[in-house]
Amino acid sequence: MSDRRDGAPAEPTDDADPAVDGGHEPGSSTHTVRLELDDEPGQLLAALQPIASNGGNLLSIYHERGNKTPRGRIPVEVDFEATPDHFDAIVDAFHDEGVTVIQAGTERYAEELTLLLYGHLIDTDLSDTLSRIEASASTSVADVSLAAPRGTEDASSARLRLEARAGETATALDAVRDIAAEKGLRVVAPLVGVEA
Amino acid sequence: MRLAVVGAGAVGRSVVELAGEHGHDVVAVADSSSGVVADGADSDGVDAEAVVTRKAEADIVGDDDPADVLAADYDVLVEATPTTLGDAEPGFSHVRTALERDRHVVSANKGPVAERYGDLQALVADSAGDLRFEATVGGAIPAVSTVEDIEPSHVTAVRGVLNGTANFILTRMAAEGLDYDHVLAEAQDLGVAEADPSFDVEGTDAALKCVILANVLSFGGADDPADAREFTLADASVEGIRDVPGSALRLAAEDGRTVRLIGEATGETVRVAPRLVPENGTLAVSGTQNIVQIETTHAGRLNISGRGAGGPETASAILGDVGRLG
Repeated sequence: MSDRRDGAPAEPTDDADPAVDGGHEPGSSTHTVRLELDDEPGQLLAALQPIASNGGNLLSIYHERGNKTPRGRIPVEVDFEATPDHFDAIVDAFHDEGVTVIQAGTERYAEELTLLLYGHLIDTDLSDTLSRIEASASTSVADVSLAAPRGTEDASSARLRLEARAGETATALDAVRDIAAEKGLRVVAPLVGVEA
Repeated sequence: MRLAVVGAGAVGRSVVELAGEHGHDVVAVADSSSGVVADGADSDGVDAEAVVTRKAEADIVGDDDPADVLAADYDVLVEATPTTLGDAEPGFSHVRTALERDRHVVSANKGPVAERYGDLQALVADSAGDLRFEATVGGAIPAVSTVEDIEPSHVTAVRGVLNGTANFILTRMAAEGLDYDHVLAEAQDLGVAEADPSFDVEGTDAALKCVILANVLSFGGADDPADAREFTLADASVEGIRDVPGSALRLAAEDGRTVRLIGEATGETVRVAPRLVPENGTLAVSGTQNIVQIETTHAGRLNISGRGAGGPETASAILGDVGRLG
C-alpha cells in the first residue's frame, strides 16, 4: 500500500525535470498494465488518473469494450512510461483506487477472490487475522466488510476481497483456511474457477 | 419387467403406484415387518392400491414375510429401504441376495453405493444381473446416467446443490434476513426438514451423493476396476450449514453473492461445504430445488436442475433405471 496522498507531488528520483508529454524521463521505461474495469461510466477516467498523478507518461490505451471477462468486466490494456519508483507508486495507486490490476509488469494479480469468514472474529483479533493473511506469500487483502450484529459476544461475519497472483488462489485459500482453523473460524470459500 | 420392491416409505409406495404406467408389474412388496407376494408367476402382480392402502391404515403391506419377497420370482429388485451408514445393512444384504440370484437391482438407498461400492462391483462382476442407482443422487435429476452417457473418463468434476432441506434454509435465511434456528423451525413446520435435521444440515446427505458420484467417476474412468480408488463417507471433507450466521448471508448479498451448500466430486476428492456463489448464478437454485453441474472434457459444462427429493420424483428415477436394464 502507498503512503502517497492524492494530489501530493511525486518525489523525483533524480534531478531531472518532470516528464512532459512526449518527453522521455531518464531512467524510465515502457510498462504495460492490464486492468479490469466495471462497465460503468467514468471508470476508465478513474483508472487512468493514477498514472498522470504519479509521474507516468501515458502512451496508449486499448479498451476492449466488446470483450468482457467472465466476471462481466471490461479488460483495458494501458501502456505508459515511468521510472521504477513511479511505476510502483502507480500500481499502489491503482490498488488504493480499487482498480483491479490483472498484470503489472512481471507481477500478475490475475485472481481476485471474495470469501466469507465467520465465528468469533473480534475475540480472535481480526486485525491479527488480516495481517497474517497479508503475510502469506501470494495474497493481499483488498477490502474487508464486517458485520457484528450482536456485538463482540456472538458470532460475527466478515467478507474479504483478496488479490492473489495468477495460479495461486488455491494457495491463498489454503493459507486463509489454516489461519481460520487455528482460530476456530469458519471459511465460506468461493467456487474458484467456476463462474456459474 | 417384474419388480420386487423392498421398502414401503414414500419412495417405495410411489414405485408400487407408478410401475404400471411404465409397463412394469410389481410382483412383491416388503416393508421392515411384512411382505406381500403375488400369486402365481403369470399374474399381473400385486394390487398396488390395496398395498398402499394397507400400509397407510395398518402399517403393513401384506400377510407374507419380508423374506418371501426377497425369494420371490422377480426380474428387478428395487431397494428403497432407509439409508444406513457403515455396513449399510440391511440394504446391502438385499442387494447381495438379488445379485447372487442373478437378478437386477435398482437402488434408491444411498448406503450400499456410498459405503460399499467396491463390494457391490465385485458382486455385479459375478452376477448376470446389473445394478443401477440413479435415484440415490439428486432425486428426479438424471445425474448418474448423464455421467455414464458422457463416459466418466470424459467428466472432470460433478458439483451441485444436492440437498433440498439445506438449500431451503439458506434461501429463506438470505431472503428474509432470518437466522438459522428460526428458518429451521419453519422448514420443520412445512415438512421440508425432519424433526432431526442433522443428516441434511450437517452435509452428510449431500456428501453421500458426492461419494457415489466420485465412485462412478473413479470406477468408470479406470481401465481396470480393480485399480479404481473406492470412496466412502470417511473420504469426504464435510462442512454443514448449521452455524452459518444470518450476517454472513447479508454480507454476501451486499456483494451480489449468496451461500449455497455445494458438493463437489472428482475421481480424487469429495468435498461438501457452504460456498459463495453469484446470487443470480446457475448454482444459486432456490428453495428445495437441486442442481447438478457436470464438467466435461469435450462437451463443456452441463447443468441439470430439478426436484431432488420426493416420492414420485425419486420413483421416476427408479423406473427410468428399470427401463435402462436390458
